[in-house]
Amino acid sequence: MAESLLQLDDLAVHFKVGSTFAGGIHTLKAVDGVTIDVKPGECLGLVGESGCGKSTLALAIMGLIPPTRGHVALDGRDLSERERLETARTVQMVFQDPYASLNPRQTVRRTLADPLRIHGVTDKAEVEARVADMLARVGLRPEHADRYPHEFSGGQRQRIGIARALILKPKLVICDEPVSALDVSIRAQIINLLLELKDELGLAYIMISHDLGVVEHVSDRVAVMYLGRIVEQGGWQEIFEDPRHPYTRALIAAIPDPFQRAAVPARAKAKGEIASALAPPPGCHFHPRCPLKADICVSQDPPLEAIAAGHRAACHFRDRSG
Amino acid sequence: MRKGGLSLWVGGGLVALALAVAIFAPLIALTDPVMGANLMNAEIPPGLEFPFGTDAQGRDIYSRICYGARISLTVGIVSQILNSLIGVTLGLTAGYWGGLWDDLVSGLTNLMLAIPSLIFALAIMAILGPGLVSLLIALGLTSWSYSCRIARAQVLSLKSQGYIQAARILGYGDLRIMFTQVLPNILGPLIVIATLGMGGAILAEAALSFLGLGIRPPFPSWGSMLSEARDQINTAPWLSVFPGLAIFLTVLGLNLLGDGLRDILDPQSTTRRT
Repeated sequence: MAESLLQLDDLAVHFKVGSTFAGGIHTLKAVDGVTIDVKPGECLGLVGESGCGKSTLALAIMGLIPPTRGHVALDGRDLSERERLETARTVQMVFQDPYASLNPRQTVRRTLADPLRIHGVTDKAEVEARVADMLARVGLRPEHADRYPHEFSGGQRQRIGIARALILKPKLVICDEPVSALDVSIRAQIINLLLELKDELGLAYIMISHDLGVVEHVSDRVAVMYLGRIVEQGGWQEIFEDPRHPYTRALIAAIPDPFQRAAVPARAKAKGEIASALAPPPGCHFHPRCPLKADICVSQDPPLEAIAAGHRAACHFRDRSG
Repeated sequence: MRKGGLSLWVGGGLVALALAVAIFAPLIALTDPVMGANLMNAEIPPGLEFPFGTDAQGRDIYSRICYGARISLTVGIVSQILNSLIGVTLGLTAGYWGGLWDDLVSGLTNLMLAIPSLIFALAIMAILGPGLVSLLIALGLTSWSYSCRIARAQVLSLKSQGYIQAARILGYGDLRIMFTQVLPNILGPLIVIATLGMGGAILAEAALSFLGLGIRPPFPSWGSMLSEARDQINTAPWLSVFPGLAIFLTVLGLNLLGDGLRDILDPQSTTRRT
């Protein structure tokens, strides 16, 4: 078994919200005990609704938010022991909003060349060559280098964002909803570009999305998140062909299927809205929306336990196939 | 009409005129502003020989206004550069780092806003003594709170933008992020504040000189000319009218220019192709 590139061990990020006077201080458990690993060259899909803690998890992996508990290890070494620049050369990120993620006052060339200079690539010819090579890889023309972000379309901007993430030759790229801000017609292009680059450069991805359709297309393994916790994780086949957590089934049922290839059982659908992370329901966090709800779900929190090797689900009824 | 059109052009024109007068003062002045005294010509009303008249010592008011422009504009520009440097440095670091430093800077800013800056400048002048250099220091240290507040607020709104996070992830240092990622994107409002502040500094110089704490006689500044004209306001009104007009037009020009710049530096209008 290959060595893990990224290892999250019981990672938790809690925020203190509110004030002492207005209603008291509450703890928001944005990420609550997440253990996952990513191996070199693999794509882990991370799905969940808005507000389930996906983006907070991404920022914690990048070291932008200090963890409340647990560890993030890259290449077997804890994030806190690593040099900031060394970490930057190992893991990078593609952002959701291509309009806010590029500096409006910098040309594309500067956006791509400055990181190289910071990381000690001072030879002008080499910087030029690497910028030109990266632009070609993401499908932009050489003359685009001297333009400003406002001269590009959303899809082109996202290509620039991908080029910026890859310019330092990282091993792992975290894509935080890379296509959800783009037109539907552009999404497939960007997804395919990401897949091509993964093969060419031997990258590992964490593909964060609320859209299981995107994750289905790119992932080798999938982790499903609900209210700060992983509720089910496993290989592509296990998740899409034999989902065990009712929340996973509900997400799969929500993938648009215009040709009605698969009949969706009515009980697969989740009821209502995601609960507030400030006051999660007792027991299993999912029980108020769950079609399988029983008394035990209210009183006991189900642990994330193995069903088969590499396939784990946090449900009291995980042995019951959908 | 294009955005900012009229006020930008009128303001820019007035400011350019004031700058030209200051730069070319030796060429366009008719007599020496200090040594040109001639008691035979004392208090002559405006006419063909002396377009703006003469003062009690027989000095040509027009020539003194030309040379006075140098001092008034120097005070306006240098004190605003000082104010902007202090304000932007404090505001940028406070907004970016936050925490205790932010509390400290914000508290100091509120303190500075609470003290009338002219009174504060007066106190500094009283310690340093009159003169151009102490005037620049006094006015340069007392009104940085506006640019500091603007810079801080702008940084706070930019800090969560994707490109700032991306820069941190790419390994940019804090100072590099502040100066290459944040500052270029908040420069617009800061330039506007500095331009508007120049008018305020010119008025403050006039007020301090009027109170006898600014430029010492016999050297001319618009404020000290007004101050000297006070006694003869009934007998020789041109002594106060022309320096007053010079101050009025320059401050008006700077304010119009600031307004015009605010319009064209609005982020909404920067999407034109370059």
